[in-house]
Amino acid sequence: MSRRRPRSRVVIALCLAAGTVGLAACGGADDSTTLTWYINPDGGGSNPEGGGQAQIAAECTESAGGEYAVEVQLLPNSASDQRQQLVRRLAAGDAGVDLISLDPPFIPEFAEAGYLEPIPEDMLETFTEDRVDSAITGSEWDGELVTVPFWANTQLLWYRKSVAEAAGIDPEAGVTWEQLVEAAESQDVTIGVQANRYEGYTVWINALVAGAGGEILTDPGPEVDDIELGLDSEAGRQAAEIIRSVADAGVGGPAMNTSDETAALNLFQNPDTSGFLVNWPYVWAAFPANGVEFIDDIGWAVYPATSDEGEPAPPYGGISIGVGAFGEHPDLAYQAAECITNLEHQVLYMTGTGNPASRSAVFDDPAVVEQFPMADVIRESLDQAVPRPQTQYYGDLSAALQREFSPPNSVDESTPGEAADLILQVLRGERLL
Amino acid sequence: MSTRTTAPQEDTTRAGPDKKRRPVLSDRSKAERRLGWKLAGPAFIIMLAVTAYPILQAVWLSLSRYRLTDPESREFIWFNNYLVILRDPLWWQAFGNTVLITVITVIVELVFGFAIAMLMHRVVFPRKALRTIVLIPYSIITVVSAYAWLYTFRTDTGFANGWINIITFGLFDEAFNWFGSWAPSMAVIMLSEIWKTTPFMSLLLLAGLAQIDASMEEAAKVDGATFWQRLFKVIIPNMKAAIMVAVLFRTLDAFRIFDNVFIMTAGSNNTTTLSVLAYNATINRVEIGMGSAISVLLFLCVFAIALIFIKGFNVDLAGSKK
Repeated sequence: MSRRRPRSRVVIALCLAAGTVGLAACGGADDSTTLTWYINPDGGGSNPEGGGQAQIAAECTESAGGEYAVEVQLLPNSASDQRQQLVRRLAAGDAGVDLISLDPPFIPEFAEAGYLEPIPEDMLETFTEDRVDSAITGSEWDGELVTVPFWANTQLLWYRKSVAEAAGIDPEAGVTWEQLVEAAESQDVTIGVQANRYEGYTVWINALVAGAGGEILTDPGPEVDDIELGLDSEAGRQAAEIIRSVADAGVGGPAMNTSDETAALNLFQNPDTSGFLVNWPYVWAAFPANGVEFIDDIGWAVYPATSDEGEPAPPYGGISIGVGAFGEHPDLAYQAAECITNLEHQVLYMTGTGNPASRSAVFDDPAVVEQFPMADVIRESLDQAVPRPQTQYYGDLSAALQREFSPPNSVDESTPGEAADLILQVLRGERLL
Repeated sequence: MSTRTTAPQEDTTRAGPDKKRRPVLSDRSKAERRLGWKLAGPAFIIMLAVTAYPILQAVWLSLSRYRLTDPESREFIWFNNYLVILRDPLWWQAFGNTVLITVITVIVELVFGFAIAMLMHRVVFPRKALRTIVLIPYSIITVVSAYAWLYTFRTDTGFANGWINIITFGLFDEAFNWFGSWAPSMAVIMLSEIWKTTPFMSLLLLAGLAQIDASMEEAAKVDGATFWQRLFKVIIPNMKAAIMVAVLFRTLDAFRIFDNVFIMTAGSNNTTTLSVLAYNATINRVEIGMGSAISVLLFLCVFAIALIFIKGFNVDLAGSKK
C-alpha cells in the first residue's frame, strides 16, 4: 500500500510519454516535403544501406535534390496484416500515407474504395515501359492501371537433380503435377507446397485452376450481384484432384495442412526428405544462408502444369506502388514512384533482396545474371504467370476458398462447387466467414 | 484485480453493519454517499463515455450492412445480421468451442490453482521466491506465450514431439502434427491457456485462504478431522466467496479467448472461437455491421454469465462474505 505514490508518478510519466509519442506521430505531416512510404518488410528492413526498399528511399531522397524526401514505415510481415493496417489508415483518410507497397490481390479493393490517387495520364507510359505482362495486369483494376508495377514475383519448381534423374523425369522439359506426385512417391521424398489455411493456399489453388485453363472468377463485378465464379467446372475439379492426390500420397510432408512457405522450404532443406518444392525465388538466397549442403544438386524449372494439355500458369505475386488518395503531394509521390521503380533501382532490389523485377531488362543485367542463374526461367515464368482473381472482395473470396479447401485431405470433387456457393453467400451477407 | 478480493474483508468491518439497514440512512451516511458520488462521479462519467458509448455504437452499427471499404452501399437492415449469424453453423461451432475451452480450462485451473494456492499458503521458507516463480507465466504477454507453445508443438521447430516420443518409448509418432486436426489443436490451445492463467487463479484463491481463521482448522484437527475432511468441511466452505469471484473472473476471461487461437490455428480445423469470429468480421473483412452484431452477441453471452454467477450463485463482488 505504501507504494501508491511512486505508482501514480509512474502512471503520470506513462501518460506523458504516450502523449508525446502520439504528438510526434502526428507531427510528421507538418514537413511539407516528406513523403511517407509504407513498405512491406524485405531483406533490407529499414536499413538505408540494406539493399531493400529503405535503401531505394534513401537514394531517391538524394536524387530528388531537396524536392522531396522519402521516409519509410515498416508494415507487418504477412500480406493480410499489411492490408489490414493500410485499410484502417486509409479508411480514416490518413494524409500521412503517401506511397504504399501493395500486394497485387488487394489492389482492386483499394482502387474501388477510392484509396488510390489516379495515375496521371502522362506517366502511364513510363510506368508500363518494359514491364512483364503479368505485372501490368496485376497492377490494373477495371482495365486501368491504378498502381505502379515495382517488383514481380513468381513461383518456380525447385528440385533435386539426383531425385528427378532417379525418378526418370526432366522438369526442365516441363512436368505435370501427376508426374511430380508419382516421382516423389517412388523416391520416397516430399513436394513442398503451401496448404495451410492462409493466402499461400489460394496462390496454389489459383495456379492449379488457371493451369487447367479455368478461372476462379469469371465476372469480377464490381457489383456483388454481377459476380460470377468459374470454380464449379472441370478446371476446378482438376485442381481439387491434384491437391487431394498430393495429400493422399503423403508427399506433402507430415504437416502438409499447416505448411506455409517456410515450412515447405524446411522440408526441402532436409536432406532426408528433399525432393521437390514450389516456392518463390527468395529461397535461392535462403539455401546458402541456411547452410544447405546440396546446392549444386538443386535445379529449377517453370511451375508444374495442371494437365498434359494446358500450359502451366505459375503464380504471380510481387509488389506494386500505390499513391495514397489523401496525401498532400500526389504529384511528388508519383515522381518518387518513378524513381523507385526505375531500372537502376529494380536491379538494386533484385540483387539486394532476391525479389525479381517487373522490368524485363533487369534479367539481362550482368550482376543479376551472375547472382541468379535462373534469371531467364524467372522471366519466362513471369510472362506466363496468372494473377489471382481481381475483385474488390478478394479478401472474402480468398478466405472462403481456403476454408472449403482445408484441410487438403478432405478435398474432393464437390469441394470447388461448395467453395463457389460459400463465396457467393458470404459476399451477399448470408453466411459468416 | 487481486486487490479487489481483499476488499470484501475491509468492507465487512466498516460498511457491513450500515448496509444491512439500508432503508434508513443517517445524515452521516447520506453525506458520505454524496461525497462518494463527488469522488467517483468523474470516473463514472469517463467509464460511461469509454464503455457505454462504444457499446451503444456497436448496437447501432449491428443493424446495418456496412462495409468499411464500401461506405456508399451502407444499408439499414434491422436484425438481419443477427438472423444470419444465429442461423450459421459457424457461429454455433465457435460458440461450442468457446464454451468447451471455458469449461475445461476453468475447471483445470481451479484444481491446479487451488493446489498451488495451498502450497503457497503453507510453505514458509522460500515464500516470496515461490510466489514470484508461480506468477511468471501470468506476467508473460498472451501473444508471446501463444507463440512459445506454437513453436513447442510444431513439427519443424518443436521439441514437444521428441520429448513425448522419448517418454512413451517411441510409441508416439515424432512427426505428429498437433495443428493438423481439431482435437490436438484444441488441446494445445487449452494447455497454453491453463499454463498462463493458473497463477492468476491461485493468487485469487490464496487471498481467500488467507482470510480463513486458522483456529477453525486447528479445532477441526483437534477433533480428529482428516485432511480431506478439513478441506471440504472447513477450508472450502469458508472461502466460497473467493472461489466464486476467482471462477467468475476466469470464466469471463476464458470466454473471450482470442490470442491463443489466433496465433496457433487462426480458426482453421474448426477451432474458431467467438472472439476470433468477431475479429475476422470486423477487422479482417471490414464488415463493420456483421462484426458489430457478433460483438453484441458476445457481449450478451458475457453479460449472461456474469448475471448467472451473481444472481444464481450469490456471488457478491463488493459485499460481505457469507
